[in-house]
Amino acid sequence: MNDHSQQHPDGVSGVDLELKDVTKKYAGQQTPAVDGLSLHIPAGEIVMFVGPSGCGKTTSLKMINRLIEPTSGTITIDGEDVRSQKVDDLRRHIGYVIQGGSLFPHMTVAQNIALVPGLLGWDKKKADERVDELLDLVSLDAGRYRDRYPRELSGGQQQRVGVARGLAADPPVVLMDEPFGAVDPITRQRLQDELMSIQSELGKTIVCVTHDIDEAIKLGDRICILQEGARVAQYDTPANILAAPADEFVEDFVGAGSSLKQLTLARVSDVELSPWTTVTVGESSRDALARAEQAGHSSVVVLDSRKRPRGWTWLRDLRAAETVPEPRTDEILGVDRRATLNDALDDMLTSSHGAAIVTGRRDEFLGVVDFATVTQQIQDAGEAAEREAAGTA
Amino acid sequence: MWDYLVQERADIAFGAYQHTSLVVQCVVLATVLAFALAVLVTRVPRLEGVANAVSAIGLTLPSFALLGFLLPLLSLGTGPAVAAVTFYAVLPILRNAVVGLQGVDRTLLESARGMGMDPVSTLVRVQLPLAWPVILAGVRTSTQMTMGVAAIAAIVLGPGLGTYIFSGLEQIGSANALHSALVGTVGVVVLALVLDLLLLLFGRLTTSKGIRV
Repeated sequence: MNDHSQQHPDGVSGVDLELKDVTKKYAGQQTPAVDGLSLHIPAGEIVMFVGPSGCGKTTSLKMINRLIEPTSGTITIDGEDVRSQKVDDLRRHIGYVIQGGSLFPHMTVAQNIALVPGLLGWDKKKADERVDELLDLVSLDAGRYRDRYPRELSGGQQQRVGVARGLAADPPVVLMDEPFGAVDPITRQRLQDELMSIQSELGKTIVCVTHDIDEAIKLGDRICILQEGARVAQYDTPANILAAPADEFVEDFVGAGSSLKQLTLARVSDVELSPWTTVTVGESSRDALARAEQAGHSSVVVLDSRKRPRGWTWLRDLRAAETVPEPRTDEILGVDRRATLNDALDDMLTSSHGAAIVTGRRDEFLGVVDFATVTQQIQDAGEAAEREAAGTA
Repeated sequence: MWDYLVQERADIAFGAYQHTSLVVQCVVLATVLAFALAVLVTRVPRLEGVANAVSAIGLTLPSFALLGFLLPLLSLGTGPAVAAVTFYAVLPILRNAVVGLQGVDRTLLESARGMGMDPVSTLVRVQLPLAWPVILAGVRTSTQMTMGVAAIAAIVLGPGLGTYIFSGLEQIGSANALHSALVGTVGVVVLALVLDLLLLLFGRLTTSKGIRV
């Protein structure tokens, strides 16, 4: 993909991260904020730190890039102690993404993204290329957004730039602190989908703090549920945590009806996609109509030149125009193939076309899932979960 | 009046030039000093009260009196004038710089540190540009104020248009007394307005488009 990443053959560019008996005690406090946290985070995985507020999850995260220095214990990245290198060097090689993107308002999008490459002494041309590449990765048109200032972007766009900035120098480890906490639910779902898509391409080691258990279940390869003092209540895959909560605390935290929540584990990629008639912006409407009518579809999906879905169009609207018109917004529609079936259902209900568009790598159109398929899948999963629950009870 | 202006035009122009030069140089010096002090004050929280008290009390000090104090130390001429003008110029800039630097969102600073920016580049590349509009507002206040202080500094034989005011006052009753005083006073006001306009323009050019109001 690019010459900056040292990609493994298996697509993992992340490295192992290890916390050993890490403790943080603030002066004047009786109990430590983080009390002997030990954790192994395997290369290329997303680990979600989740827990009630004040449980020490953010403190734990910030000790990895030494924004907070531990009182005792060691943290190693790829076997190397974080304290063995200069703190600024360390941080330049760890991506850091925080809520709302936290972009510098006086710098353009490009200047924000190129900041760490600049600190690392990349030449201007290489940094510029990297900016365009990253904007593309986070689904923003480089020509259009490169020279804008943060205040000219929507919340979701700012957060995308924040993610791009975190990935700028291609760090093996990326830390995220409530990255999608400041955006509306629909944008959040879209950003989560994109993060999963990016992760499948890059294979970073990502540590992400959230207070939202649903977000943790959706994004995490593993979830680390923390209770006060950052004591690990359970550290396991989402499926195992839902199926077998370690104790009452986890059960309470995960919430009632955890067998229902397993539905959120079912992904769009688990169901079969149906093809749909697609048309490309600028092509002749007559050809497009012919194809749609042959397939028996009353609406078509409009793709841009990079096969990204940009909108649904009814055939009657197509008849009115000579060529397929340019969509009115920059928005890219659809859910990622790694999105949950719940997300797909939401999307269907808002699109009013009875089907959800599914996208793959770099938002390319893959197909659609229809209502019947999703409900069938949810029913099957629900029955399976019930059988399992009955079996273990 | 017109005859007086024509006759004295070379002297008036020179006085105006010297007046402006004194104020501009002192304000530049004061901006550097005030910014350095503000950085210190924002790093050491205990100093903040001290800084506020000094700038509040400093502004109540009559410039006439301050010049009197400086006279035995720096004798007559440019010395005490520069010292007094700079002293007054520092105060509004210091106050604004402290407010401006403290007004920078803490999460931005943490984000800068988290990306591996050292304290100096965080200050220069993040804090200063973001606090700049507020600091510049202080610089404008300062320039207006020190225009007047610089006029008073003529009492210790400092350079500038103040000379016209004092000589006018001294010769009350003589033919050109009123003319002289008017040239001094109006000249200072006109210079102040012109400088303010230039500073406004300077602000437009040096403030990032991303934070301009």
